[in-house]
Amino acid sequence: MAQFLQYAFSGLTVGAVYALVALGFTLIYNASGVINFAQGEFVMLGGMVTVFAAAAGVPLPLAALLAIAVAVLVGIALHLFAIEPAKGASAVTLIIITIGASILLRGLASIVFDKRFHALPAFIPGEAWRVGGASILPQSALVLGGAAAVVVLLWVFMSRTLVGKAMIATAANRMAARLVGINTVWIICASFAVSAAIGAIGGILVTPITLTNYDVGTLLALKGFSAAMLGGMGNPLGAIVGGLVVGLLEAFGAGYISSAYKDAIAFLVILLVLFVMPNGLFGRAGVERV
Amino acid sequence: MSLLSVRDIGIEFGGVTALSGVSLDVGPAEIFAIIGPNGAGKTTLFNIISGLYVPKKGRVELRGEDVTRYPVHRLSELGLSRTFQNLQIFFRMTAAENVMVGRHLHEKRGVLPHLFALPSTKKQNAETRAKAEELLAFVGLKGISEQTAGNLPYGALKRLEIARALASEPEVLLLDEPAAGCNAVETAEIDEIIQKIAARGVAVVLVEHDMRLVMKISHRIHVLESGRTLAEGSAQEVRRNPKVIAAYLGKHAGEEAAHA
Amino acid sequence: MTMQALLRRHGVVLGLAVLVLVLPLVLPSNFYFRIATLTFIFALAVLGLNLVMGYAGQVSLGHGGFFGIGAYAVAVGPTHFGIPVWAALPLGALLAGLLAFLIGRPILKLKGHYLAVATLGMGILIAMVFTNEAQFTGGPDGMSVPRLVLFGWSARGPVTWYWISGVSLVGAAWLAMNLIDSPTGRAFRAIHDSEPASGVLGVNVARYKLIAFVLSAVFAAVAGAYLALYDGGVTPRTAEFLRSIEFVTMAVLGGLGSVIGSVVGAAFLTILPQVLTVFHDYEHVVLGLLIILFMMFLRDGIVPTLARLIFRRRP
Repeated sequence: MAQFLQYAFSGLTVGAVYALVALGFTLIYNASGVINFAQGEFVMLGGMVTVFAAAAGVPLPLAALLAIAVAVLVGIALHLFAIEPAKGASAVTLIIITIGASILLRGLASIVFDKRFHALPAFIPGEAWRVGGASILPQSALVLGGAAAVVVLLWVFMSRTLVGKAMIATAANRMAARLVGINTVWIICASFAVSAAIGAIGGILVTPITLTNYDVGTLLALKGFSAAMLGGMGNPLGAIVGGLVVGLLEAFGAGYISSAYKDAIAFLVILLVLFVMPNGLFGRAGVERV
Repeated sequence: MSLLSVRDIGIEFGGVTALSGVSLDVGPAEIFAIIGPNGAGKTTLFNIISGLYVPKKGRVELRGEDVTRYPVHRLSELGLSRTFQNLQIFFRMTAAENVMVGRHLHEKRGVLPHLFALPSTKKQNAETRAKAEELLAFVGLKGISEQTAGNLPYGALKRLEIARALASEPEVLLLDEPAAGCNAVETAEIDEIIQKIAARGVAVVLVEHDMRLVMKISHRIHVLESGRTLAEGSAQEVRRNPKVIAAYLGKHAGEEAAHA
Repeated sequence: MTMQALLRRHGVVLGLAVLVLVLPLVLPSNFYFRIATLTFIFALAVLGLNLVMGYAGQVSLGHGGFFGIGAYAVAVGPTHFGIPVWAALPLGALLAGLLAFLIGRPILKLKGHYLAVATLGMGILIAMVFTNEAQFTGGPDGMSVPRLVLFGWSARGPVTWYWISGVSLVGAAWLAMNLIDSPTGRAFRAIHDSEPASGVLGVNVARYKLIAFVLSAVFAAVAGAYLALYDGGVTPRTAEFLRSIEFVTMAVLGGLGSVIGSVVGAAFLTILPQVLTVFHDYEHVVLGLLIILFMMFLRDGIVPTLARLIFRRRP
């Protein structure tokens, strides 16, 4: 039981980060129809900027804020200089553009920072807590709590603010949104910004546990994308559940079956789920209109 | 004997009934029109007959064989073909190639001969192409065979769909609004094409909003409203049917039609 | 067939053949032969991917896996099972085709991004087997691959492999062009543009997606085997998911649905990193930037977009 709990904790911790990446995918996809493979780079930026700013003597909270700001600026730049000019291009062309952006950002990070791994001190120092025989690091709790806070904040933002509502409207029907006077270009830009912020927060929270370097984004984008698809593309709840499920699968797979095949187990389950539910766990099966 | 028979079809989407208790029979060389206001379920009925949707209730028979749950491509083998209201053109292919796809079932389909372009494949390609040119000429699209379909005007695409559907040599042909968006001259041409097709013994099922065309060429007309059958009969009968006049054509249009 | 179509088909294969024949006259050193050989090998895989993605319109983010199966077949077969190299190569292609056939059935029911994630998962699963089954594959360090020996003649060195891969590419382009202008190829392209219309016309949509998928897997496996034989070794990096992404990027950059585009796309991403080494640390920055700019301005890929511009200029 203690072991089970231990795996569950570590799975949820990683899963929370995947969920944030998946949520970022979902936001941008809903607003613009673009699958942004540079999503993982926002997570990388969150961690790396915090590390380097902190090393330069900036107090940790300020360093974290700075990292979020940098990620947001990069997100906006990505939209303004790469996505918006290619408006109307096919989905696959846009995906390749985001892959190009991801290569570009990784290249920049390797120059501005370096290629080494970096850690951050735990934000809440102290001993691991004992829960039912398992131990949980305060930092893990912070990742989970932080992710939950992000989700709640996002929900409030989406349902209570005009910008949030405009984002929902744009996601539901871009043409109709434009017709009622929503500046959809601005809204898509905002979705890149919010999505970048979410990714960066994930990166900041998880760096004390998993380390970071210029290259961590690739794998996170992969996992986040898979999680979003498992949940059902375009569904924020699906993204969160998908992320947590992928994290848990990895942790339990590594613990009970084989640590070498932990990614394999996650993907095997994703494949099996999609065979039964071709639109993901929460996706709706649309009637093909002809 | 009827070629196509539809028995007591019912379907719903998200709890909303789209069709209920619809039955009809169409025989060889018959032009059978399905009319009704927007949202009456005409296209849904076409999608069920052509196997794209599976109905909740009822069945579809082709020459007496229950085909309700057959995969779409099997229906083509049994002699059914159709066109689409919202064009489903292969827009990256040329006009001729669009029609050539319609010959699919009449071609040898071994992949290896295709890969190595064996003489048999080349000969077959030439035959298919000749047939496609012939059909394009039949629908009045001579001389555009090498143009990419995506560059053709709407009216041409409507006819391209008819040529493509004919390429499979169907016994039952479903035409979903063949004259939509066409001007008077084009409509007259389509009118002629449909009559020629039926004269070859094909059962033509037609969904169309152009009442003049429908009344002129249809042998029988089936009126749908809100997913239910309102009436069925000849143009004369339907025109006089008070239920049809009240519910569908409207009083004014009904009078006008009766005087026509 | 019209003159134009005849020219288009044979023009592509002929042009490619001339390129392969003439290029050695201007390639100054073995280093350049190596780059050309790598381009041809990757072009072979991308050509296959283009059949399923560019023509049949089905995304695959897992072709690195099939590439890896071909590569490991010529490594594992001779080393552990005593299969001669010349037999291991087609066996690997067959194995990749068989796997594609088995996996393709359920996977190809998925659409769009769901298909992308499923193929991605498939590719990663395959790559994981290579990493983890160390007793057969040498694990993360990989293993060496014996030379291809035919009738006592040993195939080695960039020049030899230039000719093997070049001739194979011309042959593959010929096969692809043949297929595209056949009932099978027309079925692929029809499915890409409208599945409902294809089905209504009697095209068995599931079957043709599967055919395209299997064929493309075979192409990728042959290419993978060539790379392993040429390099004389193979590691899990040969099959990692970045390889799959690289193939897709090549296909899209060069132009989906264009045979020449496959070659141009492969050349782009093979030659460019070599050229960009002059930028040292900035190599990836420039590469990323170029990918973005090319896709922004040549949206349909390099070859189709340029072809359209050239044809439009002509009266």
